[in-house]
Amino acid sequence: MIIKGKVWKFKDNIDTDVIIPARYLNTSDPKELALHCMEDYDSEFVKKMNQGDIIVAGRNFGCGSSREHAPIALKAAGVSCIIAKSFARIFFRNAINIGLPIFESEEIAVQCSEGDFLEVDTVKGILKNINKDKTYKLNSLPAFIQNIISLGGLKEYVKEEVRRRNREDV
Amino acid sequence: MGKTIVEKILSAHTDTDNLKIGDIIKARVDFAFANDITAPMAIKYFKESGAKQVFDKKRVGLIPDHFAPNKDIKSAEQCKLLKEFAQEYEIENYFEIGKMGVEHALLPEKGLVLPGDVVVGADSHTDTSGALGAFAIGVGSTDLAAVMALGEVWLKIPPTIKFVYSGKLNIWVSGKDLILYTISKIGVDGANYKVMEFSGGVIRSLSMDNRFTMCNMAIEAGAKTGIIEPDEITLEYLKGRAKRPFQIYKSDPDAHYEKIIKIDVSKIEPQVAFPHLPENAKPISEAKGIKIDQSIIGSCTNGRIEDLRIAAEILKGQQVHSEVRLIIIPATQEVYLQALREGLVDIFISSGAAVSTPTCGPCLGGYMGILAKGERAISTTNRNFVGRMGHPESEVYLASPAVAAASAIAGRIASPEEVK
Repeated sequence: MIIKGKVWKFKDNIDTDVIIPARYLNTSDPKELALHCMEDYDSEFVKKMNQGDIIVAGRNFGCGSSREHAPIALKAAGVSCIIAKSFARIFFRNAINIGLPIFESEEIAVQCSEGDFLEVDTVKGILKNINKDKTYKLNSLPAFIQNIISLGGLKEYVKEEVRRRNREDV
Repeated sequence: MGKTIVEKILSAHTDTDNLKIGDIIKARVDFAFANDITAPMAIKYFKESGAKQVFDKKRVGLIPDHFAPNKDIKSAEQCKLLKEFAQEYEIENYFEIGKMGVEHALLPEKGLVLPGDVVVGADSHTDTSGALGAFAIGVGSTDLAAVMALGEVWLKIPPTIKFVYSGKLNIWVSGKDLILYTISKIGVDGANYKVMEFSGGVIRSLSMDNRFTMCNMAIEAGAKTGIIEPDEITLEYLKGRAKRPFQIYKSDPDAHYEKIIKIDVSKIEPQVAFPHLPENAKPISEAKGIKIDQSIIGSCTNGRIEDLRIAAEILKGQQVHSEVRLIIIPATQEVYLQALREGLVDIFISSGAAVSTPTCGPCLGGYMGILAKGERAISTTNRNFVGRMGHPESEVYLASPAVAAASAIAGRIASPEEVK
């Protein structure tokens, strides 16, 4: 998959409560969640960003709760990819599981500026910063996780596994 | 080379041999659960998976606790989904209002999560059960749906950091103060992807309630989980509770740790974590005098019977400050009933506190104590992020039940000595 978008920069320790405040968790509707994405951090963020834009953040992005609503809200708001110095572990799993591409890179997080235009080839693992005319190699994910992604996310993996087990039962 | 308690538990739950740190395994799950925020999505994905039933009807828990008793129509609809799913799939551990509690306090109390278990919960504070010597991790809804369907979870073998606590605890210093202090030393991502194993003489002498508090907040340092080796105190707690046999694992003396961090507790005062990160803990002596509007005593972190006993000890014969709302929320019905029988509820109400039925409520800004713009709370909960308890311009200070009770009386952040 090739992703193209403009960079929005975020600081360290962006927690799931600012990504999607708990007061909106009485719904699981992605469209409704997207309306409030990052509301307590920057109430204009959803209005300012364009479909396909990319978040570049500091350390520990997505810390806090296990709410899958956080990556869902970001994806539904139009965020196409997140690059951070590091991710909190539950957020990392959730993003992979729902098919939101995320990559850890200290170098890219430091060198990208807000507004830079990026091109990401998620299959080849290459990121180009068009404004800075720089190319980076992205860390590849473990084979097991790549398999989940190639199946289309954990849901598809589970469907296939359930089918396999049902066949064995017969 | 020896193994850590976590390596032993995971080895016993997978078919993969010779586990190494960083290996990805599929681990069999002993208990899986979700709440009214995370279960609705998990239920949807579970149904879409084509699974005919959950992996084990006795080993799935559904607990409406976050916005329950239902705070509004949307929350009511979410809670209804849990109940209907439990009926349809004959899930035994559904906890209706009147029997429920905050999930991480309820499940150990009911003996549903046990030493040596692999526990997977769709809530980040699932690590609480690590206090029993279980490997307990928080996940999102899709992962939980996968566990309900398959009875297993994929995970990476994590490295462990060992924390060794020694010395004599100062007066009013509790498990909450130890964990806030620890997080302040390593930071909110200081244990990201890793296990925090709490050990040493101080931990051995801590009660189960204090141990639960410590493991509960391992996630606030980014940890995959927190864990404490079971001992006589654990076994005593489990008497009459454990619903099935269990296995005790302990770390070998020559187990490999990524790091060993030694902490002398005799230097630690009661702690207060300033907004807006749990790592901003300072000694109470540096926090005194900050005016508060609200004090919350409760949650999966500090809503157990010992927490309420300490609060009652401080509130007895005293009055909550006229400009402060003190809201006390027993974490489970059993805790509530015990508090009632011991006369604690009488002390609370006589002092001018409000006592609520169990709920996560205000901890995550749900309801039952939301802060207005500019308001400030002291709270025994676990997070003080921007907007966590209400308006994005409100503030939460995290502390122990003793400090939260003392502050409610003083109307400002105060140590228990100041009001005794």
